[in-house]
Amino acid sequence: MMKFLVLLVRNRLAAVGGVLLLVVVLLALVTPLLPLQPPNVTNTADRFLAPFAPGHLLGTDHLGRDLLSRLLWGTRLSLAVGFAAAMIAATIGAAIGIVAGYFGGRIDNVIMRGVDMLMAFPYILLALAIVAALGPGLMNALIAVAAVNVPFFARNIRGITVGIANKEFVEAARLAGMGHWRIIGIEILPNVLPVIVIAVSTTIGWMILETAGLSFLGLGSQPPVADLGSMLGEARSALITNPHTSVVPGVMILVIVMGINLLGDGVRDALDPRLRSGALTRPMPATTVARDTVPAPRGEGVLDLTELETQFHVGKRIFRAVNKVSLTVAPGECLGVIGESGSGKSVTALSIMGLVASPPGVITGGRADYRGEDLVGMPYDKLRSLRGDRIAYIFQDPLATLHPLYRVGEQLREAIQVHHRVGRAEAWGRAVDLLRSVRIPNAENRARAYPHELSGGMRQRVGIAMALANEPDIIIADEPTTALDVTVQAQILSLLDDLRRERGLAIVFITHDFGVVGQLCERVSVMYAGRIVEEGPTRAVLDAPAHPYTRRLIACVPELGQGRRRLHSIPGLPPPVDNLPDGCAFAPRCDKAQDACRRCEVTLDTAGARAVRCLYPEEDLSVQGGTA
Amino acid sequence: MGGYILKRLLSAIPVLLGITVIVFAIMTLIPGDPATAILGSYATPENVARINRELGLDKPVVQRYFIWLGNMLTGDFGTSFSLDRPVIDEVLERFNATLVLAGTSFVLCSFFGILAGVISAARQYGWADKAITFAVLLGISIPSFFLGMMMILIFAVRLQWLPVSGMYAIYGGGGLVDLISHLTMPAIALSVVATGVIARLSRSAMLEVLRQDFIRTARAKGVGERRVIWRHALRAAMVSIIPVLGIQAGFVLSGAVYIEIVFQWPGVGRMLVDAILTRDILLVQGGVVFVAACYVMFNIAVDVAQSLLDPRIRT
Ligand code: SF4
Repeated sequence: MMKFLVLLVRNRLAAVGGVLLLVVVLLALVTPLLPLQPPNVTNTADRFLAPFAPGHLLGTDHLGRDLLSRLLWGTRLSLAVGFAAAMIAATIGAAIGIVAGYFGGRIDNVIMRGVDMLMAFPYILLALAIVAALGPGLMNALIAVAAVNVPFFARNIRGITVGIANKEFVEAARLAGMGHWRIIGIEILPNVLPVIVIAVSTTIGWMILETAGLSFLGLGSQPPVADLGSMLGEARSALITNPHTSVVPGVMILVIVMGINLLGDGVRDALDPRLRSGALTRPMPATTVARDTVPAPRGEGVLDLTELETQFHVGKRIFRAVNKVSLTVAPGECLGVIGESGSGKSVTALSIMGLVASPPGVITGGRADYRGEDLVGMPYDKLRSLRGDRIAYIFQDPLATLHPLYRVGEQLREAIQVHHRVGRAEAWGRAVDLLRSVRIPNAENRARAYPHELSGGMRQRVGIAMALANEPDIIIADEPTTALDVTVQAQILSLLDDLRRERGLAIVFITHDFGVVGQLCERVSVMYAGRIVEEGPTRAVLDAPAHPYTRRLIACVPELGQGRRRLHSIPGLPPPVDNLPDGCAFAPRCDKAQDACRRCEVTLDTAGARAVRCLYPEEDLSVQGGTA
Repeated sequence: MGGYILKRLLSAIPVLLGITVIVFAIMTLIPGDPATAILGSYATPENVARINRELGLDKPVVQRYFIWLGNMLTGDFGTSFSLDRPVIDEVLERFNATLVLAGTSFVLCSFFGILAGVISAARQYGWADKAITFAVLLGISIPSFFLGMMMILIFAVRLQWLPVSGMYAIYGGGGLVDLISHLTMPAIALSVVATGVIARLSRSAMLEVLRQDFIRTARAKGVGERRVIWRHALRAAMVSIIPVLGIQAGFVLSGAVYIEIVFQWPGVGRMLVDAILTRDILLVQGGVVFVAACYVMFNIAVDVAQSLLDPRIRT
């Protein structure tokens, strides 16, 4: 609660709205105590006095009545009526909603049907019908506005109630023999109340506006008593000759509604956890780069990562997702990058082409060279021209990563046309060819399908076809088979392997599964808590893992055909990367951990083709000589 | 597709029936005596009895409902006593004028609302976003009737750019140019609030979509930022924007009542207010049922548009 208030105050606009509203409400409350002239006494001698006339600060209206006095009394009335309408609508609506949501079944059905019908009316039409039946008058306008808003509350509250009514504690109360009405009173109502309060605060502005509107039409408050709406309505006939009589009440309505809106926005923002965590910020076209120093290029393979560092900055916390990672991929080579989820392997992959969502992602150091050019520092336009053209991605879940509303052929065609000037028909032809090349049967028809119409395996083939569209040099595959079942997985893997051999592609294969690495990759790098802990030729690592973590990962792989692969068998979890322990990050889970492991940074020691970051490795690589 | 439209049309039937029941219930069950209202000071017992017989008010309620419903289905909405004219003729004529006004406003608020929302999202936290957010706040806070009055003061009285009110000039009026010059102010005044609401929703829908994986895929393909926003993201965001457009159409139709009064627009809203003040019950009844029915139909059109956009809901 305190946190909420702090957030609210920190939101300057909300504070402005709150103050505005407070002033208006206070004025309305003390109006009877103020030394004002009587609001309804006419004085035709003083008609239409301009503002700042002696004795009449805001002037007078068409009957010579003091506008300031009428304004304050009118504000008082408008606020009261709007508030009353909101309370009535909320009470009745909430009661209906709770009954419908709690009892469910037939009762719910009938009630919600009725609510739907009421909501089928354009808002004001229903209010007009009710006023027509009851006759004009402020009380009747109030009833009409309240009635029109009942369905809104009923629907909202029902939704919340349904959620609560199925919770265990309600079930328990029912089993304990508590009566329905007691359950509603004790278990449901307290939980629904905050929602009601929020709904009232968001609609009260509307209610004030709507009752003012009805009065403006002459259907609400009747002379000589006036709320803000009827003041404006009466002033309308003198709009051209004496505009101040219209401006005064109009501005007051504006101020009230604006104050409520500002405050309401502030409340909503303060309550929305997604806003607080920055989860509703739009990711930039490329990941932000903030490097102090840039290491020297190494220039070994087609793709070289050198001490790459990517962090997530969330509030004051810094998550070191990728911590000085260096990798090299030779042309036509398949490199596996393996680790549990949260190890930073995916972020490493996305960092290469600046695809880490930013904010919160920031590349804070290192470089990624494609054929000797640093992708990290590259201007956006140049980076974009390489994306999908020279370096392409295959993502994990093709249902989420393909656009749901475009035909897959369209999406392939676009991939081609972004980088090549070809006609629509030709690009479509190529798209179909691509689908064929990833062994999709009946490619002409499948090209016209939407992603949701394809099976998971077919969708991932589309994803692969898209990556192949411009015959790239490098494909970065981020867990491309994880969402698929075992047989489809095997098919996709062999497809990728064939394509690699045919086309001389280099592949960076991100996975958590050593079985997959064993089938596909020549070399493997093992990541843990944002760092590389072991690397080497796949066979050598598989046969004789040097890092205790690698050994445990390998032990997790069941023989093929023994059902799902599981990784949970390593006890414990990777450490949170915003709070890494000193020394070896794996120490808390390591069965060989010694005090020395925790004391200082453990370095990645290279021996021949292999390297390991461990003080007490399972295999002594220097003795082995790093046989590959 | 045809099947989907048919299904939606069939599902509208109970809603339409419900509307007639609700309107009839409001008008009938709420105490009040139409005969006295019509007759005013001529309300002798004999006259009241005669009017009641003419209006069929001496029959049981349920029977009266079905007679009323049956008549409406044949296009007979009764006769307005204050205008001495068939209700349906008056409603149709007035509804045309309202349609011109509300239709224009709807196009304006959809176009500018989405435009502002997308720009705002694409430039999140930039100056354009801040400017739009502020304008939106002002827009949704100003009552349309007050805005309309201020527009008259500025553009019609001070600057004399546009006519003060009405739909056509009284002398030498008619023609499209005349209509547009009369339509400009009311259409804008009516669209401002809805524009703000739509802009706000479009902004958050866009922000939501821009975080989705398929946007990252588009970027990974090398698609340019403009295309990412206006094609990939907006198309997906439209799925949540379109229902809002449907709801806002209802608000525009509602707000037309105020704007028609302010600008003396000869639409159905002004007719309803006049009918309420003269207690012309049949005219109110007929007008409300007719407009509500049109709105239901419009919402079906919105659903169909939605299904055209989103292949996943086409069944
Ligand atoms: S350094 Fe120590 S704690 Fe870390 S993996 Fe090696 S043995 Fe285990």
